[in-house]
Amino acid sequence: MSLWEYANPVKFMALSGRVLPFATLLAASCLFTGLIWGFFFTADDFKQGSTVKIIFLHVPAAMMAINIWIMMLIASLIWLIRRHHVSALAARAAAPIGITMTLIALFTGAIWGKPMWGTYWAWDPRLTSFIILFVFYLGYNALWAAVDDDDTAADLTSILCMVGSVFALLSRYAVNLWNNGLHQSATLTVTERSPIDASYYTPLLICIAGFILLFITLVLLRTRTHIRLRRTRALLARGSA
Amino acid sequence: MIPDLGKYATDVLSAYAIAILLLVALVAVSLRQSAKARKALQDAEQRAKP
Repeated sequence: MSLWEYANPVKFMALSGRVLPFATLLAASCLFTGLIWGFFFTADDFKQGSTVKIIFLHVPAAMMAINIWIMMLIASLIWLIRRHHVSALAARAAAPIGITMTLIALFTGAIWGKPMWGTYWAWDPRLTSFIILFVFYLGYNALWAAVDDDDTAADLTSILCMVGSVFALLSRYAVNLWNNGLHQSATLTVTERSPIDASYYTPLLICIAGFILLFITLVLLRTRTHIRLRRTRALLARGSA
Repeated sequence: MIPDLGKYATDVLSAYAIAILLLVALVAVSLRQSAKARKALQDAEQRAKP
């Protein structure tokens, strides 16, 4: 059995239909646990006061905003190379989720920034690359909506996705490349031990898991929607021919 | 019930309110679009039956 079998819409619908209830349950459990823990049961930070509680929304949303674009890039490359419709539709399905995550990261970051930095916004490298990523998300969504032919739309949006990946990566590494911004460098890394106290770290990891699972749930649900819409259009076109 | 958030109460509560509102809106829109697509496909399949 090959992974590519799931590029078949019928097989994808069957598998995603089985996975969706579990993913939904896990996402809801993780988000509920992580956010309740983070909001109600963590102490104030000695420097940041209660604003530290914003970390449980801001960090997972920002991580997802960047990683969703990377997922869209992979799906777009699969479309361009192997012409699997499900991958193009999955990339399309992910874009509104990415827009929402970027908006959450920008809003919560601005609200956090005001008491800590004294300003809602600064043209800092990470913030600037993030706002450009947001514009790319909007453009990607608009391009899908503007082109009638699905295959042409998938081709054009895939190219746009490849261009936008520069800003997704820039958003990720901006704090390492330029050190003249307000935004701190990455605190969570896979290679080093986190400097965050365990009382914040554990609920943060649960929140990150919750956001990832929410993304998986929504991208499956939305891809199923696009597959159904595509099938509907095909049936209607056949009927009117 | 709500923990004492001190002088940053407005900031923290507004951050949570905006984020939860956006997430709920995203889930609601996705579910609504899914239901509409399912219904549209059922109708199209009914019409396509000989």
